[in-house]
Amino acid sequence: MSRDTLSTSRYAMKCLAEDHRSSTTSLISFGASTVDNAVGGGLVRGGLHEIYSVATDHIGAAAGFAVCLALRAAGSRQILWVRQDFLDTETGRLNASGLFELGLDPARIIFVRAPGAEGVLRAGEQAVRCAALGAVIIEPWGQPKILDFTASRRLSLAAAKSDVPILMLRASASLSHSAATTRWSVQASPSRALEANAPGYPAFELNLLRHRGGTAGHEWCVEWDRDQGCFQDRLRFEAAPLSRPVVSISRDRSAAAGTAIPKLSRAG
Amino acid sequence: MVVEKVKGALRVMAVDQRASKLGLTRGLTLADARARIPDLSVAESDVKADVAFINRLAELCDRFTPSVALDPPDGIILDITGCAHLFGDETNLRTKVSSRLSHIGVDVRATIAGTPGAARSLARFSLIGIASQGKDEELVRRLPVAALAGLERDTVVALLRAGLKTIGDLADRPSQVLAARFGQDLVTRLVRTLGRENARITPLRPLPAIIVERHFAEPLMQAEALEGVLSSLIDDAVCVMQERDEGGRIFEASFFRSDNAVRRLVVQTGRPSREAALILRLYRERLDTLVDPIDPGFGFDSIRFAAPVTEQLKAIQPGFDGGIVDDDTVSDLVDRLIVRFGSDRVLRFEARDTHDPDRRARLVPASNPSVSADRNRVMPRTLWPTPERGEPPHRPLQLFNPPQPIEALAEVPDGPPLRFRWRRVLHEITRAEGPERIAPEWWRKTGGAQARDYYRVENAAGCRFWVFRQGLYGQAEARPRWFLHGMFA
Repeated sequence: MSRDTLSTSRYAMKCLAEDHRSSTTSLISFGASTVDNAVGGGLVRGGLHEIYSVATDHIGAAAGFAVCLALRAAGSRQILWVRQDFLDTETGRLNASGLFELGLDPARIIFVRAPGAEGVLRAGEQAVRCAALGAVIIEPWGQPKILDFTASRRLSLAAAKSDVPILMLRASASLSHSAATTRWSVQASPSRALEANAPGYPAFELNLLRHRGGTAGHEWCVEWDRDQGCFQDRLRFEAAPLSRPVVSISRDRSAAAGTAIPKLSRAG
Repeated sequence: MVVEKVKGALRVMAVDQRASKLGLTRGLTLADARARIPDLSVAESDVKADVAFINRLAELCDRFTPSVALDPPDGIILDITGCAHLFGDETNLRTKVSSRLSHIGVDVRATIAGTPGAARSLARFSLIGIASQGKDEELVRRLPVAALAGLERDTVVALLRAGLKTIGDLADRPSQVLAARFGQDLVTRLVRTLGRENARITPLRPLPAIIVERHFAEPLMQAEALEGVLSSLIDDAVCVMQERDEGGRIFEASFFRSDNAVRRLVVQTGRPSREAALILRLYRERLDTLVDPIDPGFGFDSIRFAAPVTEQLKAIQPGFDGGIVDDDTVSDLVDRLIVRFGSDRVLRFEARDTHDPDRRARLVPASNPSVSADRNRVMPRTLWPTPERGEPPHRPLQLFNPPQPIEALAEVPDGPPLRFRWRRVLHEITRAEGPERIAPEWWRKTGGAQARDYYRVENAAGCRFWVFRQGLYGQAEARPRWFLHGMFA
């Protein structure tokens, strides 16, 4: 066989293999049409997805986004969560009731507490090789030396092999070189106020910084709808706000009470 | 010479050979002994250390038979039923035990007899090495009455005064008479010592359900060889378990080093298992992560693999949809993680019936069978409160414990804060909901805890927090304090 024919047949094989891959790889869809359209239907399931929070105040939002994304990916399967011990003091403990209120039954979570970053990565890699899991969330703290390009590549390959997504929550870390499939920067977004100016549904401002095999640099604002179990576009709400009940104003109180100078009392 | 304080006087408890040649005996007061030989070297007795030492010796003897019992204060009984042939014969085994113990400087008197009672008396009061089959009673009869196990000093004196000097004398008397005069206890002891009744020993370590072991002609040193042996031992054990339709939940490998050290490694599985590959993998992981790796030193004499507890395990046929297979791999993963991190680090959430947010959830080991995800079992467990449709989350995703103190400024005494300072950052509140009053559980001793008024607040950037005011205005303290308890998604 001549060299040319060999290379062409090799090329053909490669194309076939890629075709095969793209037809079988499953995607994690968001449910929000703007995001799904922009990322081509959803994120690649078997991949490493890094989630950064823009500031320490927004760690709650980043963790919330990770939970929602894991829920979208896992279906009814179990989720493994690996957390470095140090995070408990820095960002608070994982609260089971809060998870439940986001739609994730805590009974579905296997929670692993690792003493250091190395343990987090080891547990994460071991877990992501188990194809029976729905998703793996790992939380190393800061910028550990051990989490280099090679480590992220290992996680990424393991995820691709088992087709289980691994979400890496990077609390208080700066962006670094990695082999992640996607990289997100997440911050909390002001929610749509409910009755009496109460905080509304969880809302996130997402910034897709990197997307292997897709376009990056998008920004969206989405809201998590627990009852539907999916993300909703925020733009749509803003364009056409849903009708909802408005607080009735009692007769003996003026509607302009809010404009009066509030009486301040110092506390704390 | 060792002394101990008995009834206010220091008495000699033990003497070495030189001291006994000088005529010192047990029970002498120290003052008397000093009067006879002025330059005595005396040591205070340390009962705890003695016990620890005899336990270590028992551990050492574990390599000869799994069934080892203590015979306080200074004896060890080995049940060598079915073990002697592994070391050649009984004579060989006895020499081996004796020489091993002598090597570490212990004076040994070892006797092999048909029953533990006879053996312990013969070892202490005669020079007989091995009582041949069926000769137990004949040999024991010649021993003095003091050889009866656990006899009080007074009883011995009384028996001697009655002219009963040997065990044989006692055995010839009708047992009713002895029981009437000295109690039934004496008769029981007599029968046991004569070997007429075989009382089983209570082993220090309970006998495992399944046990396989291998002894080496030469001490083994290479790690690969060790793993090979372990793997073949596991295979053997798995064969036994398969025959019995059982699976083990705990496995223990004991490595007996030639210099008498014993290293035991335990692995546990979440559910009964008899998969050789799985068990071996757990062991590999365990060996990898040991803080102090197994040091072969001068090599290992023998390796033992045991399954202390086994449970019924029927062979499972996976369903057509592979449902069982799925569940199995998750529990396998949990097992592997437990081996690496310990069972207190691989956890599962469990709801508790309380309204205290800090205590609402409990983390329990994932290996705990009562909580393991058994899909077919309906458990009367506490459930999470189902959130109402269309309501935003009312509980934060992350909870600080203890709550973080903040400086807050409220509009009205009972209102939500307008702004607060947390970790030196000022947060302007744009939306707030509350209060939700959560009172402490007065039926628990909470040490003067106060009711908390919780608010869900959102700052200008969109971060949502859970803050509370401790105590009420116009009550007790001059000014209630504010805390940040959690962060919402």
